[in-house]
This record gives sequence, C-alpha cells and structure tokens, in this order.
Amino acid sequence: MDIHEYQAKKILSNFGVTIPRGGIVYSPENAENKAREIGGSRWVVKAQIHSGARGKAGGIIVCNTPLEVAQATDKLLGKKLVTNQTGPEGKIVNRIYIEEATDIEKELYLGLVFDRSSESIMVVASTEGGMSVEEISKEKPETIIRSKIEVAVGMQNFQARELAFGLGIEPDLIRRASDTIIGCYKAFSELDATMVEVNPLVISKQKQILALDCKMSFDNNAMFRRSQVSELRDKTQEDSKEIFASDRGLNYVSLDGNIGNIINGAGLAMASMDMIKLAGGAPANFLDVGGGATPEKIVKAFKLVTMDEKVKVILVNIFAGINRCDWVAEGIVDALKKIEIKVPLVIRLAGTNVEKGNKILKESKINYIEANTLEDAANKAVAALNK
Amino acid sequence: MTVLVDKNSKIIIQGFTGKMGSFHADEMIKYGSKVVGGVTPGKGGSKHLDLPVFNTVKDAVNETGADASILFVPPAFAADSAMEAADAGIKICVAIVDGIPSHDMIRIKRYMRRYTKSSKMTLVGPNCAGIISPGKSMLGIMPGHIYKEGRVGIISRSGTLGYEAAQQLKNLNIGVSTSVGIGGDPINGSSFRDIIEKFETDDETDAILMIGEIGGPQEVAAGEFAKENMKKPVIAYIAGLTAPKGRVMGHAGAIVSAYGESAIEKVEILKECGITISKNPSVMGDTVKSVLEKM
Repeated sequence: MDIHEYQAKKILSNFGVTIPRGGIVYSPENAENKAREIGGSRWVVKAQIHSGARGKAGGIIVCNTPLEVAQATDKLLGKKLVTNQTGPEGKIVNRIYIEEATDIEKELYLGLVFDRSSESIMVVASTEGGMSVEEISKEKPETIIRSKIEVAVGMQNFQARELAFGLGIEPDLIRRASDTIIGCYKAFSELDATMVEVNPLVISKQKQILALDCKMSFDNNAMFRRSQVSELRDKTQEDSKEIFASDRGLNYVSLDGNIGNIINGAGLAMASMDMIKLAGGAPANFLDVGGGATPEKIVKAFKLVTMDEKVKVILVNIFAGINRCDWVAEGIVDALKKIEIKVPLVIRLAGTNVEKGNKILKESKINYIEANTLEDAANKAVAALNK
Repeated sequence: MTVLVDKNSKIIIQGFTGKMGSFHADEMIKYGSKVVGGVTPGKGGSKHLDLPVFNTVKDAVNETGADASILFVPPAFAADSAMEAADAGIKICVAIVDGIPSHDMIRIKRYMRRYTKSSKMTLVGPNCAGIISPGKSMLGIMPGHIYKEGRVGIISRSGTLGYEAAQQLKNLNIGVSTSVGIGGDPINGSSFRDIIEKFETDDETDAILMIGEIGGPQEVAAGEFAKENMKKPVIAYIAGLTAPKGRVMGHAGAIVSAYGESAIEKVEILKECGITISKNPSVMGDTVKSVLEKM
C-alpha cells in the first residue's frame, strides 16, 4: 500500500525527522490562508498523487505570494497528472500540500528497502539527491553507499554515522543526520513498511537537515495490525477495477491489451499471459482467482473482466486440483447465467475430472470455444480476436 | 533417500481442528501420509479425525515422535507457530498460509539462526502448495493423483503452475521424485538454491525442473549454484514475460524492482549458467523429456 507525500512526512516527523512547515488543503479557498498560517515568503504547492516525477509533470509550483499559492492550488486541484510512472491515464489530484520553500544547499538521497538476497533491511544513500535511484545507479553508481541492518538488533548509531560521514556531511551536522537516518529506519521497521525513500534529503542554507520529499509503501499483509497506516489509503489513487478486485479477494492488475484473463494461481496466470504474448496477442489484465477457484470467485471474476471495455476476448484457464473440474465447470455455467458475455469466450480446464468438466460445459449450451492445453487456449483466444 | 519427506515421516497438523486443517489432513491421510495428530492450543486431550490433539507442538512431538508439520494457522499467528515447531524439534515444516507479513518472515529466519545446521528445521513456504514425494508421502495441499512416481524433481514458486508441470510430465509418462512448492512470498523459508542442493544429493532424482517467476534474486542464485556445484541437469521456466515493471503480480514476491529480476533477464542469466530453458509454459514437459533423452 502506498501513501501520499504529506502522510509519509507526518509519519517521519513523528520519528524525529525534520520536515519543512506545511499543511494540506482540499480547495483553493483555503490555500491563501494556509500559506499565511505556514508563514515565510515563498511557498511550494505540491500536488498529492501516488507517483514520483511530479515536478516534471507540472505538479509542483513555486509561489511568491499567498495569492499565487491560491492560483496554483486552483490550477492543480481536480486535474489529472500524467507522470512517467502513472501510465497514460494519469492520476487525479484531490489534495494539495503547501509547504514553505527551503533554501537548499545540498540534495542527498536516502532509501530503505527489503534486501531479498540477505533478507535484511538495506539502507541506500547517495550524494546525488533529486535524481531517481535508477538514474543514480546508472549515471553515478560510485556515489552509492549501502548499509545492511541486522533486524534483530535494529540500526546502530555507528551505522547511521558511517552513512552520514559517507555522504560528506560536515561534522557539526553528523549527529542530526544520524538521528534522521535512524528515524527513517524506525519508521520502516515499526510500521511494517516495505519502502521508505527520502529524495531529496536536503541540507538547507540554515544548516537544517530536512526531508523534502518522501515516499513510503507498506506491506499489505501486515495491515491487520497497522490500522493507523491502513487508514491512510486513498482509493482515488488506485485503478477502480483493482479496488473492485481487492475488495473481493481477487488479485488483479490492469494491463493494456485486449484479451481478458480469468485464471487460478498467480504463476499459472503469468504463464498464460506469456502464452498469449507468444501467440501474438496482449493480455488486458492479470487476474488470479486463487488456487481454489470457487464458484463465487469465478462469478466475481467474470463481473470484473466484463467491466473492462478493452476486453475483446475472454480466456478462462483453470487447473483444478482438489477443486475438481466438474465443480469449476458448474461454477462457470452458473456465472454465465448471471452475467452476459458479449465477446468470444475460450475455456481451458485441466486437472482433476477434466472430462466431466468439459462435458458439463458442452451440455450447458453456453457459447464458448474449448481449449485443451495452455498453448491451444492462447492460440484460440488470439484467433477469436482476429475474427 | 527422498528429499524432505518419505513414507516414515510422522506428520502433525498445526491448526488441526480448523476447516482448512481438517480438510487437508483428511486428504493427506487418504493419500497415505502418516499423519499422527495435530495441535490446537486449548483443545489438547481431545480427538479429531480419530487422532490426538495437543496444546503444544512439544507435547505432540513427545507423545507421537512427530518430525514433520504443516501449518494451517491464520497469517497473524503463523510466525509464532513456525518458531514453535522449530523449537520443538520438528525437522521439516510446511507453511501453506498466504499473507504472513515480511517482517515476520525475517523474524522467523533470525530466530532459527540459534540452531546448528544439523538441528535446524527446514521451513518450506509460506504461500505454497507444500511437498509431495509421489507414492510415499504428501505434506501439502496438492492433488496427489496428478503426480506419477518417477525421477524428476520439481521446485516451483507457484502451486497451480507446478501442477501444470506435473500433469505435462505425467502425459509424457515421466514421473516425479519429489515436488516442492517454495511459495510466492518475497522472503521464504527455503529458496530455490536450498532445495536444488538437496536434489543434487538425492539418489532418487535424475533431473530438476525449476519453475520460477519475476522478482527477487533466488532463481539466479540457484542458477549460479548449479553452474558451480551440480552434475544433474536443471531445466527452468520463468513466468512473467508480460509483467509490467514495479507491479505486484498476485504473489507478493512477484515484482520486478532491480536488474536481473525480469523474466527475460533471468532467462538470459540462467542460460549462461548452463540451464536448459523451457521456452514457454506449454513445453515444460517436452523440455524435460528432451533433456532426459540426452542423458
């Protein structure tokens, strides 16, 4: 789960990280007052969307008067911002964060992630803040320093100090910099985060160390014990079909193609998508109804896939184990009584009682194309598309 | 020997009296696995499926001599149950459950560092289908009948894609020595490398089919291990050619976040390690067959 910049900053400030003064507004009317309340003589108006690279997309505007702050807020609110991370459809701006402008002396990068090789938390830092970590690793890899944290004992002061010295921070500020790094680590480990990225972490001309922009992601599996974090979810930033899916216990990812998929198991779903691509088609979605493929889930899956206007063919691929094919077939027939399908439907069943399952489908008079193997299913789906 | 489980493995079910635990315990018993009891805290002393229920794993081990366990406890309690199994002297534990927080998985793995290599429990999963040695024992939730007895080892992250492979092999009259589902989570109990190493020393396995997917370093680590240390042929398929970068594809671990984690990159690296690649998921069986024919 992702959260907004202003929410991430609030969390970090609770862990002792300094952030510029700022406030959130939902309408231009409040923006002018908010700017005066924050004080100072220059402000930054920042569109809150779940994406980086907002600056290049015009989502961050520097203002010199409270009136300009109101105008910038008005300009951004309700707009869709398209960044290189949002896809062509962009993301809607419903919240604006107004922040006092910072006199930047130096921009640094600080990121914390799970390192899957060492199964520990890795802190990554660089003197080249402001660029994405991908750009830094491509263009200035020599500036990257890493520190692996033993989670059983947590981050130690010396590790934070080493990073701070490694970033070339002047001696007077080392203590403050280490506290900032440890604050980020604590936020990561105490809130079940999967990523904390402060980019840039800046040293201001006034010698303050500030988190100027911040991204945080959290482990969905841990939200049962992090109610304060899960409250921060903003569904307006998520694909409506993906929300529909997650609310119904389906794993769904919206894609650009036109062959809709209903498959049981994440691995089999990815494999079926691969076959579609090899057959010359493109998947409209990834959809895993769960290994068990219960009739209820299949009904929900058909609803979801038919909601997508891009879909020109639907491919169902179920490998039934303990949930036998005959049971799955009854589920499909039942689903098709409730939902009208206007596009060609290819069904491939495999596994336990496959003959019985195919017989049920045939005798049900539903209009579909039978397929036997993964390859056969993908080929028939692509062929149906071209008819 | 067989990898991880055999006819004599004495199995207990953690979360025995719940719906999932009961159903799959029954399936395992029907398959011929030696299920000796189960654990549900607070229900110790009672019987379930004609088998004894214990309050703690230690009690179960002391009374039954159990050396294997399978977890059907909810995600919030799974880490605790896995550590309880390790402490009670269980040798192999399979965590079926999907949804264990990553921070909890790290905790389990740190906890297990207190044991020496010889006394350390092997944890398989979470979010996996479990283990089957066809004709011998099933410590998992797979449909046992799709596995033919034989000499190919399977390691798969995905459950259903592993079934697909077993079925393709069976259609070609090729059997399986052991199939291990290591699960789709970013941090898991046993990696591809951990299991591939066990297959290399297993005298009932001739070749290994590794079914990986996008995300994480484990497939590549197994490939590099195979290149340096293995004599048996390894065949691999990597799912997720069409997966977009930065998106989680169902499995929490199936996300491309660094170089070497996409399907194309993993395939390239594995090829360089001398591993035979199944070019698509429809020919996993055929690819294994052609490798076996060359042996």
